Amino acid sequence: MFDKETKDGKKQFNRGDEEDDDGEDDKGLDAWERAYADERSWESLQEDESGLLRPIDNKTLYHAQYRRRLRTASAARIQKGLIRFLYIVIDLSRAAGELDYKPSRMVVVARQVEAFIREFFDQNPLSQVGLVTLKNGVANCLTDLGGSPESHIKALMGKLESSGDASLQNGLDLVHSLLNQIPTYGHREVLILYSALSTCDPGDITETIQKCKTSKIRCSVIGLSAELYICKYLCQETGGSYHVAVDEPHLKELVLEHAPPPPAIAEFAIANLIKMGFPQRAAEGVISICSCHKEAKVGGGYTCPRCKARICELPTECQICGLTLVSSPHLARSYHHLFPITPFDDVPASVSNDPRNLPKTCFGCQQSLLNPASQAKLTARPKCSKIQNVHSWPVSCYTIGNMPGPCVCCPKCKQYFCLDCDIYIHESLHNCPGCESFRHSRPVGAVEG
Amino acid sequence: MTPVSSKLYTDDVSLLMVLIDTNPFFWNSVKSTLAFSTFLSNVLAFLNSILLLNQLNQVVVIATGYNSCDYIFDSSDSQSQTQRVEQMLQKLEEFVDKDESLGREDSVDGPGFSLLSGSLSMALCYIQRVFRSGPLHPQPRILCLHGSPDGPGQYVAVMNSIFSAQRSMVPIDSCVLGAQHSAFLQQASYITGGVYLKPQLLDGLFQYLATVFATDLHSRAFLQLPKPAGVDFRASCFCHKNTIDMGYICSVCLSIFCKHQKKCSTCGSVFGQAQTQDSSTPDRKRKTPLDA
Ligand SMILES: [Zn+2]
Ligand SMILES: [Zn+2]
Ligand SMILES: [Zn+2]
Ligand SMILES: [Zn+2]
Ligand SMILES: [Zn+2]
Ligand SMILES: [Zn+2]
Ligand SMILES: [Zn+2]
Repeated sequence: MFDKETKDGKKQFNRGDEEDDDGEDDKGLDAWERAYADERSWESLQEDESGLLRPIDNKTLYHAQYRRRLRTASAARIQKGLIRFLYIVIDLSRAAGELDYKPSRMVVVARQVEAFIREFFDQNPLSQVGLVTLKNGVANCLTDLGGSPESHIKALMGKLESSGDASLQNGLDLVHSLLNQIPTYGHREVLILYSALSTCDPGDITETIQKCKTSKIRCSVIGLSAELYICKYLCQETGGSYHVAVDEPHLKELVLEHAPPPPAIAEFAIANLIKMGFPQRAAEGVISICSCHKEAKVGGGYTCPRCKARICELPTECQICGLTLVSSPHLARSYHHLFPITPFDDVPASVSNDPRNLPKTCFGCQQSLLNPASQAKLTARPKCSKIQNVHSWPVSCYTIGNMPGPCVCCPKCKQYFCLDCDIYIHESLHNCPGCESFRHSRPVGAVEG
Repeated sequence: MTPVSSKLYTDDVSLLMVLIDTNPFFWNSVKSTLAFSTFLSNVLAFLNSILLLNQLNQVVVIATGYNSCDYIFDSSDSQSQTQRVEQMLQKLEEFVDKDESLGREDSVDGPGFSLLSGSLSMALCYIQRVFRSGPLHPQPRILCLHGSPDGPGQYVAVMNSIFSAQRSMVPIDSCVLGAQHSAFLQQASYITGGVYLKPQLLDGLFQYLATVFATDLHSRAFLQLPKPAGVDFRASCFCHKNTIDMGYICSVCLSIFCKHQKKCSTCGSVFGQAQTQDSSTPDRKRKTPLDA
């Protein structure tokens, strides 16, 4: 009853919230499953000592789950932000025109590549992508390596025609020659989306595969029809992955798997210091001539810090002085991986049961830590979809009872926080409000040897 | 079952989180143009008008101090209007005294920075609590009334707060009272879709606040609000906390350094030859013009 009413309310109220990160919670459930899940409301009840029914204290349960996530995440801290140079090779041979995917294989592939390119640049801010097509037995370089998603997508959408045979060897040869020019700090990768069931090659493809292997080019293939031995061999030799998609959702999943950086393998890339500039954004309404399109433009745009040329889009390389230009907020998005905040300590029951030991409220959100019952009226409602906890909690997760709520304590600043803040702080904010609010204890951003 | 008030929570009900810079060094440096007491009376008039615009509007004030940050005022737990002002001024006075007593005696050259990352983080925690309270809640926004220069050491923490605000779709408005623009707040407002304003004449502060920052988010769409006069996207280097517009970036972890290093102090990677990367840049440049 309660659920139904609030679900409607949620829909009305959050008309514009669709883009939210956390709106995905319900996506996995079909409508019929959801109704079923709602009706299992008896499962969220338990009997207390006196035989009365009360909601299960899921809050502490969810908190325990989150603690486990936190531990595994900090144990397996992979190196993020590697600089990747990736060529996407798209098979546009006759086989790509087949209609087993709707409306056709190549349209579906193009759609997935578009989504992939956007996701890729979000997760790999300094990396670059290029596009190669296979058609009529030859390989064509559609776009050079670059950092602007729009130009790749535009080029791809304009060239969607299929004909002739696909040549894996020609494709690999071309990509090999292109990737050999890139700086040594970059990871070299190829992602091949292969529709054909054969390859029409001018020579011995195994030689080409060995060439790629020695150049440390990681080749991965996603097939659209059936498994091919030569693709499997290529991926095995070069350390890539090989999968065959069964339908469009599966294809999407397989393609997007390549967006996060592969675990860094030391021998694959040499660490390097790259000189970069952080251009300023020009005032709105200023008219200037850009160096990339050679046009006079009004408003927006960025200025190269070295030569003061005007650039339309980031990231890019200055056309005048060659400096690599990036947007500094783009880099900063990954810094919380570098400076993770320490997990908060549980407050033992012996301490938290005595109200004199605790501050009255959570340091972060001012919610009372003492008496959750008084807060129950306010909080025992379903939550807004903008909530930042990745695993949002069901309605029943509030302790109704006259006991001190569970809380946690930051080991560095010794401030107390409620469990909600604990999760928000570690999973979205990545700052401890306590540590940030005192001048003498400032761990964030400190250079730690 | 539905609380009566929930029907009244329309899209123009606001939760305004006001972050007031109380850095005494800053206020001392501008006392000839804008005294702290004048500033406060302007802000109090502004906060009162926000609360009068809609009876469901909520105002929370957090002090951004020099040594600490704290909640000063929350309109949801106070009653009459006169009490409100007294309560807030009293809390503020206590805070300023405490903030001062926390300070160490080391001399400061220039106004020094205040703890913006702390008050931003607190405000975001409070906003999450409001989101948790149910699907019907006032629309939150953050207003930074800030004067101190940016503390480059807070770069990572401030950026983390900005990104979290952006993910929750909470705009960060900023009204900069100091002599210089604040790169942090320019980026905060640009990234979160808030309004950045540096008033020309500080004695007209109330007019600026009332015309630019009083409107709820829904009504903003109908207004001509100030457009940013450029955004300072400079970053801070991890080695000296200097603000730089050009620097070196570790290819493994993206740490920023102002000078060439042999080893990354963040991730420990040892860097290859400096010469190769210098030559690679013009190489790639020569290639690019052929792209088009
Ligand atoms: Zn241009
Ligand atoms: Zn330049
Ligand atoms: Zn809290
Ligand atoms: Zn909402
Ligand atoms: Zn802390
Ligand atoms: Zn430095
Ligand atoms: Zn590094």
